[in-house]
Amino acid sequence: MIRFIAPLAVFIGIAVFLLIGLDLNPRNVPSPLIDKAAPAFQLSQLHQPEKTFSRSDMAGKVWLLNVWASWCVSCRAEHPLLIALAKQNIVPIYGLNYKDKRTDAIRWLRQLGNPYVLSAQDVEGKVGFDYGVYGVPETYLIDQNGTIRYKQIGPVTRKALDETIIPLIKKLKLES
Amino acid sequence: MKPRHKRLAFIVGGLVAIAIAATLVLKALEGNLAYFFSPSDIVANKAPVDHTMRLGGLVKKGTVKREGLTVRFDVTDNAETVSVSYTGILPDLFQEGQGVVAQGRMRSDGVFHAEEVLAKHDETYMPPEVAAALEKAEQANSSVAQPAL
Amino acid sequence: MIPEIGHFALITALSVALLLGILPIAGTVLRIPAWVAVARPAAYALFLFVATAFGCLVYAFVQNDFSVLYVALHSNSALPIQYRVAAVWGGHEGSLLLWILMLSGWATAVALFSRHLSPAMAARVLGVMGLICVGFLLFILFTSNPFERLFPAAVDGRDLNPLLQDFGLVIHPPMLYMGYVGFSVAFAFAIAALIGGKLDAAWARWSRPWTTVAWVFLTIGIGLGSWWAYYELGWGGWWFWDPVENASFMPWLAGTALIHSLAVTEKRGGFRSWTVLLAILAFSLSLLGTFLVRSGVLTSVHAFATDPERGLFILIFLGVVIGGALLLYAWRAPRVGLGGGFNAFSRETMLLINNVLLVVALGVVLLGTLFPLVVDAFVALNIIEPAKISVGEPYFNSMFLLPMIPLLLLMSIGPYVRWKQGNAGELIKQLRTSFIISIVLAVALPFLMGEISLMVSVGLFLAAWLMLSILQGVGSRIAQEIKRGKSAITALLGLPNGYLGMQVAHFGLAVIVAGITLVKGYEVEQDVRMEVGDTLTMSGYTFRFDGVMSTTGPNYRANRGMIQVIKDGKDLMVLEPEKRIYNVQSMPMTEAAIDYGFTRDLYISLGDPLSGGAWSVRVYYKPFIGWLWGGCGFLAIGGFLAMSDRRYRIAARKQQARMASIADGRAVVDNNIATEASS
Repeated sequence: MIRFIAPLAVFIGIAVFLLIGLDLNPRNVPSPLIDKAAPAFQLSQLHQPEKTFSRSDMAGKVWLLNVWASWCVSCRAEHPLLIALAKQNIVPIYGLNYKDKRTDAIRWLRQLGNPYVLSAQDVEGKVGFDYGVYGVPETYLIDQNGTIRYKQIGPVTRKALDETIIPLIKKLKLES
Repeated sequence: MKPRHKRLAFIVGGLVAIAIAATLVLKALEGNLAYFFSPSDIVANKAPVDHTMRLGGLVKKGTVKREGLTVRFDVTDNAETVSVSYTGILPDLFQEGQGVVAQGRMRSDGVFHAEEVLAKHDETYMPPEVAAALEKAEQANSSVAQPAL
Repeated sequence: MIPEIGHFALITALSVALLLGILPIAGTVLRIPAWVAVARPAAYALFLFVATAFGCLVYAFVQNDFSVLYVALHSNSALPIQYRVAAVWGGHEGSLLLWILMLSGWATAVALFSRHLSPAMAARVLGVMGLICVGFLLFILFTSNPFERLFPAAVDGRDLNPLLQDFGLVIHPPMLYMGYVGFSVAFAFAIAALIGGKLDAAWARWSRPWTTVAWVFLTIGIGLGSWWAYYELGWGGWWFWDPVENASFMPWLAGTALIHSLAVTEKRGGFRSWTVLLAILAFSLSLLGTFLVRSGVLTSVHAFATDPERGLFILIFLGVVIGGALLLYAWRAPRVGLGGGFNAFSRETMLLINNVLLVVALGVVLLGTLFPLVVDAFVALNIIEPAKISVGEPYFNSMFLLPMIPLLLLMSIGPYVRWKQGNAGELIKQLRTSFIISIVLAVALPFLMGEISLMVSVGLFLAAWLMLSILQGVGSRIAQEIKRGKSAITALLGLPNGYLGMQVAHFGLAVIVAGITLVKGYEVEQDVRMEVGDTLTMSGYTFRFDGVMSTTGPNYRANRGMIQVIKDGKDLMVLEPEKRIYNVQSMPMTEAAIDYGFTRDLYISLGDPLSGGAWSVRVYYKPFIGWLWGGCGFLAIGGFLAMSDRRYRIAARKQQARMASIADGRAVVDNNIATEASS
């Protein structure tokens, strides 16, 4: 009898590993920046280039830094989620417009909506490099002390928002 | 031998064969695992010296130097940096500032000697240079999109 | 408009597939012949609707309809038309649609060519295929709709990945999918047999040709993929044990085992439950491959855009199909029976060992492929220290070889051993000469090549003995016929296709083994820095670097190197490897220049520009590498020969005649259902 059930048992064993594996993303290269201070920067703002935006402006606040670009297809995918999140007023979202042309970026936001309090222009991608951006989009959650608490590689998903990012924000706000 | 003994011998023999095969396979597997380390791991001495492993990170800008066929470059995870030396032809997608995975050994001179360099490129999650196409598309978008609105 | 028609056709196909999956099987249980009769027309309709959807997507690509997101992501107006069509399956959504097209195509083929099947059996087989189709249609409609619109529309597309802009890649995926999906037929037959509780030689005779066709396509697909990697990736490698390659190789191993085990079931009625299990395994591994490639649980150079949601869907689907099938197996297989006994030295034993060795090889590949996943899972469960690992090629190379050596030895012997009870003395007499000749060859050839190694000798011996024993076997059968007064040609043509097919396929494997042995043993590779006028001499050939010029293609710019190949002081040819930059994705690509030959390939790829006008150049001398793909060709031809054997057609005709003699078709349906339900 056992020999007829054994294949099923083996399959169930493999399926369990597959299920656990599914929850993990093999691309999640552990970021050395997690729980370290977010690198400082000072960049000109996208809509008002005469003004600047720097990390220190955000001291004492919990905020999201979303790396985006008008040339990025995946950014389109996560954009509605960001707009919805911005409307909820849970957390201010700041954009890091990465290796983009200013006119393209502004037009892109006009077409698809602007979830950002403001976006900073990282034309050469230097700040992105400091943050260890492997590609676009990426999103960083930074706490009151300027420490990176979470990094989303690739587009933000509903699941990541509901299960990780929003709970973490709530926890951080309670801590203060 | 009685049929029952024959059957028993068969089963025992089979089990022994399976055990030997499993041991062999696991031994081979163990010997051929390449662990993945980041530059921080290596600087923190977490990685064994002179053992095959994989090193992953970004190619630091301005560090790629060629000397004949040997290429030296730094791989960084933005926290720490490790020098890599590789002799041979780099893959097409190898670029400064881009992700890279090198397979090789850490030598006592503190340089990672790569036997193989892999540069990967991902479809959805793509480096900007790969997606330059959409720039063109986006530029003309407004004119196309307006009537539809 | 057209994309919406395509989308609508897919939705219609889903409802037809539901109909096909539920009604006929329910009809066999409830004994409603009208429901049972739905199976064939529903299969045709399903194919029609899926083909319509596929046609709409092809149309969108040909017309450059960049208002369709999938088209915008995978095509470009500058892309040549043949690649625009191929771009249909250049990404996840379209290749999934191709999968479904083939699945419905196979179902239609079964409906067309299995007129001799009892209506109940046909209903079950087609019903199971319908259910599989339901799963895939749900998957495509809910997670991967290829007809999704892009708003606002893009003016031009992001282009097809340049690596995929190649003839090999145009036909590689369709072939591979034909194989993967083709195993669904064997799977459906197995499930149908488990449900019906009837599994005999006739069942094996039905499912055997289908399995062989699927196996042939998979063989061609894998061969093409390997060939493509060889000439397109620019490293001269042809097999990397990459998870995606393994994903196609594992079903192939299971399918090969299945073909052999089906032989026993057909000829001797043995190995029944084992055969059913292998049929389930072959298709399960095809599904597992799909999961691994598309869910992103394993990283691979080939990996499609990944999405955990898709992964979860496939995993659930996998659980339902494989888990359900194995549950059914655990429940019903004990009734199927084990089949007749046989002696310890017989064809049956040979095929049993063949199966064990193939399954061991399969296990080795499966373990190596899934091991990184297992480690990740243990890390996630905090059982072991965090670590990321990959399994190196040496593991696969050495471990895969272990079961292969005895397998190849047995291949030389197996076809000489009789069913039920073999004769060892007779066998030794028959094989003695070829054995000795092979040993001599295996020792002498490396001497002539000037480099001796044990592995080369072993490989050459195995290949030589296999080839000689095949030639001797075919030769002696022809000689018998000639004695009876036939000419050599009529004797050869008179051999049963099944027998000839087996020998041709085995010969193909011998050719592959010889090719791998020689290329592994004697290939020469050199990376060099070359200035204009520099020369390099390798294996009797002199390569002179004549510089690099700029050139343009339809959608790329390129640097083209010119390398003069000289042998014995004579100019032989100019090889022109290129370094291309594709305009749209600005992605660099190495285009190797290869001079193909029967006994060797010369392979040159251009590296990077170095200081002082020099370039890095990679030069390979690859002896007998062409034999790898030539051998794949033999395997495929052998498979086609085997499935075209007369006995399948004769059996079919007999069955048909019997059916026709019973006047009322309905009575047959009722009868069959009644008898099978009572059994």
